[in-house]
Amino acid sequence: MIITDGQRHTIGILVQNVPGVLARIVGLFSGRGYNIETVTAAETNEKGLTRITLVTTGDERVLSQIVKQLNKLVNIIKVYDFAETEFVDREMALIKVRAEQATRAEVLRIVDIFRAKVVDVSPHFYTLEVTGNEGKITAIMELLDQIGIVEIARTGKAALARSKKH
Amino acid sequence: MKIRGAQILFECLKKEGVEVIFGYPGGAVLDIYHEMPRHNIRHILVRHEQGATHMADGYARATGRVGVCLVTSGPGATNTVTGIATANMDSVPMVVLTGQVPTALIGDDAFQEVDIIGITRPCTKHSYLVRDVNNLASVIKEAFYLARTGRPGPVVVDLPKDVIQAYADFKYPKKVDLPGYRPTVEAHSGQVKKAYQMLKKAKAPLIFAGGGIVISGSTEELVTLANLIQAPVTCSLMGLGGFPATVADKDGGRRPNPLFLGMLGMHGTYQANMAISHADVIFAVGVRFDDRVTGKISTFAPNARIAHVDVDPTSISKNVDVDVPIVGDCKNALQQMIEIARNEPIEGVGELRKGWLDEIAHWAEEHPLSYCRSQDVIKPQYVIEKIYELSGGEAIITTEVGQHQMWTAQFFRFHRPRGFLSSGGLGTMGYGFPAAIGAQVAYPDELVVDIAGDGSIQMNIQELCTAVCNKVPVKVAILNNHYLGLPRQWQELFYEKNYMGSDLEGSPDFVKLAEAYGAVGLRATRPEEVEPVLREAFSIKRPVLMDFHVAREEGVFPIVPPGKSITEMLLA
Ligand SMILES: Cc1ncc(C[n+]2csc(CCOP(=O)(O)OP(=O)(O)O)c2C)c(N)n1
Ligand SMILES: [Mg+2]
Repeated sequence: MIITDGQRHTIGILVQNVPGVLARIVGLFSGRGYNIETVTAAETNEKGLTRITLVTTGDERVLSQIVKQLNKLVNIIKVYDFAETEFVDREMALIKVRAEQATRAEVLRIVDIFRAKVVDVSPHFYTLEVTGNEGKITAIMELLDQIGIVEIARTGKAALARSKKH
Repeated sequence: MKIRGAQILFECLKKEGVEVIFGYPGGAVLDIYHEMPRHNIRHILVRHEQGATHMADGYARATGRVGVCLVTSGPGATNTVTGIATANMDSVPMVVLTGQVPTALIGDDAFQEVDIIGITRPCTKHSYLVRDVNNLASVIKEAFYLARTGRPGPVVVDLPKDVIQAYADFKYPKKVDLPGYRPTVEAHSGQVKKAYQMLKKAKAPLIFAGGGIVISGSTEELVTLANLIQAPVTCSLMGLGGFPATVADKDGGRRPNPLFLGMLGMHGTYQANMAISHADVIFAVGVRFDDRVTGKISTFAPNARIAHVDVDPTSISKNVDVDVPIVGDCKNALQQMIEIARNEPIEGVGELRKGWLDEIAHWAEEHPLSYCRSQDVIKPQYVIEKIYELSGGEAIITTEVGQHQMWTAQFFRFHRPRGFLSSGGLGTMGYGFPAAIGAQVAYPDELVVDIAGDGSIQMNIQELCTAVCNKVPVKVAILNNHYLGLPRQWQELFYEKNYMGSDLEGSPDFVKLAEAYGAVGLRATRPEEVEPVLREAFSIKRPVLMDFHVAREEGVFPIVPPGKSITEMLLA
């Protein structure tokens, strides 16, 4: 099944942190022609458990197959289809932006508005850290682009369901 | 007391009840071979690792137990890939033990190092690289558990040489610890009820049964249900034998089962393809709606509401939208449904079904499975009918892949589960012969016949040596059309008779080849020689290769042209 378009979905995956588990997930997506837009993974507070947040695209049928196929992987403990639950999500971006005499003030104003942080300063560049949902990151990128973004590194989305522990 | 990894391995295999290993040695597994004679496990030395995997697969399909094979690292491991993928597609429980270079060398491109876990990841149910001898026992336990439970499948266990050489205490775990693996066995009773209500109201119900029936051992339940609700049954290739094509007669013979419509799909029977296209309710059990079954998906079963049972949730609503999904073991779902059907029988079901069953009978009469008989050349279908007749339908039949496979599915009337072993999902030429050896190892006294093509048999012909050396008296019936017959038929029908690449003229003399290996070779070139050759072969308690020179350009019919609806069958 090759997916050309469709809606974006965020999926949470709780996995046993064993060798190869990420390869199994990524291999599943590439092998079956599913898309991965972003993926983040890190260990949780519970030892041996890693939480992965993955953003994919596809119609309902594809999404349902993705969730089922993921559930079938032996090392996957739980899959959350965030299409069905409310969730909070954040991502962080490091943005290196041109900061010459004339533009510094403008950059700092934007930093202020977006509650971003300047984490590194060099003669010609500022490196900013901004955290937020996708919309916020996109918005600051658009503004900074007019001043001159040199490089950018984004973490991709991390997400948790809003209510009880899952 | 600490014992070596190699010994731990065998202690585990014995705990799992393993009685035979199909294997081939090499540097990385010599410690395992060194340990082997001290344990009461039979070793069948193969001639190619692909053969080992198909033998383990044939053993598993014939018995329902987990098949085991053992190979060395690098090329030994890569040679198992086709066999693993074959088993994975057809849900066959198998544990593949591969040697690996010592852990300290992994990643350094050591001699005969290959990342077999990476290579086989997409075609295994699960896999393990054992990095610590202290985990060996629990890994083996989990591997067997995973292989045989839920939807069965192959599990690869990669064993670095130093792990096998290291010492540890041996304790076989009582339980597996797999928090992410909980297959749903018990079907949801509400869903089963819903499915039954749908069937109860149906005017033209049809049961579509697949390999899940065979795997879960629910033939009896399926027969009971079909009889209770008087629903006709069609099978996928993998389902053949799961519902009896014939039933025992009073006089000891067998007669066609009136509720059985034969196989469905590309080479399915006319009545099966027509029935599914006219059914108003389909109860699908243990199938996955493969494209060889559905034909053009948008026109598949246009009038039907579908209830679908499978233990693997990914099989449900993958290719075909389903109205009542039921995740669970086929046996469990069928048992629940039988109970409901007994409590709430369909009033006057015999009378009610008459119209539908008559309609199907009419289709069957209109276009039955048939072929033009001949006095001059051997028809391949005739050989299959004779094998059926002479074995009373009791033989364990394996096939390769090609026309001979489809004719076997059509003309051998399988009446029991695990009597038909064929590579359905992957369509692996070269499967049938080693699979037959595996089945014969499990059942040394039964008649096991590989119905083969002249092309396929050459893909694992080297296993003749394995059969001879291990005294495995398998029979091979080559339906020799001197063609890669299936591609040739497609070229005839869809590629302007351009037989590029499908002419096999120039194959070896199979009789002499058999003799060279120390097996018996027999040949028939005329129809009247078929029966004597078969009789002779079946009376010999050694491996026999039979070379039947059959009509070269015979076709498999019906055939649904690729991309067409399954009602658009070419009938001759
Ligand atoms: C390993 C493998 N390679 C190629 C194919 C494609 N293929 C399917 S059937 C077939 C021809 C089989 O020829 P033969 O064994 O003589 O059987 P026949 O069709 O003539 O009965 C081929 C090449 C396959 N199924 N498996
Ligand atoms: Mg042939």
